Amino acid sequence: MTTITTTGTTTGTRPTTWEELQIGAAAAPFTDTPLTRTDFVRYQGASGDMNPIHHDEQFARAAGFPTVFAVGMLQAGVLATYATDWLGAANVRRFKVQFREQAWPDDILTYAGTVVGRREEGDRRLVDVELTATRQTGGIHLKGVATFVVP
Amino acid sequence: MAGAPFTMEVELGKIREFARATKSSNPDYLKADTPVSPATFLASSAFWTGPENSPPLEEIGDVARILHGEQEFTFQGEPPRAGTRLVGQTRIAATYEKQGKRGGSMRFVELVTEFRTPEGRLVAESKSTAIVTGQAPEEGSATS
Repeated sequence: MTTITTTGTTTGTRPTTWEELQIGAAAAPFTDTPLTRTDFVRYQGASGDMNPIHHDEQFARAAGFPTVFAVGMLQAGVLATYATDWLGAANVRRFKVQFREQAWPDDILTYAGTVVGRREEGDRRLVDVELTATRQTGGIHLKGVATFVVP
Repeated sequence: MAGAPFTMEVELGKIREFARATKSSNPDYLKADTPVSPATFLASSAFWTGPENSPPLEEIGDVARILHGEQEFTFQGEPPRAGTRLVGQTRIAATYEKQGKRGGSMRFVELVTEFRTPEGRLVAESKSTAIVTGQAPEEGSATS
């Protein structure tokens, strides 16, 4: 499996090319800093999802959880950030995530992506990628698939 | 079974705020004059629309225990850019049951929100798959 350094515009390097995006080509994994409650609150404010289960300790315990847990859509958003850094913000055409194991404060998540399909439809070139967000335990937090056009 | 349509302005400041919150440093979101919206951005509309914009979920059964199982976004072209006005409408697209791993059945509900231009051209769709269970979620189960 070849590894492509995550390019996109973030690093200011050239975009990933169609030739590089062969089946099995992978972006360099991204390991995030440990999840914090501030991450949750910041995302909740940005998205408008104010469910207290993600920031109110007493509420979470009363609901039977040991503490607050991560907002799944935050990590889904980070996974999208990772994928669009790789393949281009304007190029995404489909992005799907499945929520698996819960993630918790202090979890260290690693985001990864691999090309699983490529096709030409009319005058468009499309690439399908499989995406994951994995906890430090090895447990899968998110499984995703996405489709991008490749200019 | 659809909710009332709602208007969503794709706002520049909200795009920047959302991109930062999802740990982006991509200038295509943070510096561009009219950036595209992040891939999961449209999900935020669900949190400020009113009850009249939601399809009648009470017809589905016990909604006290709903887990977010899957979320999918599809775009007809590039994601909508800052300054775009969209009309969204949410409907129940499907309901079905599956056997759970530990016995008992789980009910799945697919909610689809279509986002169109005011002229009616489809721009994007957001699909949420919710799982209705009878029990409290445990670690290892799907959550949002």
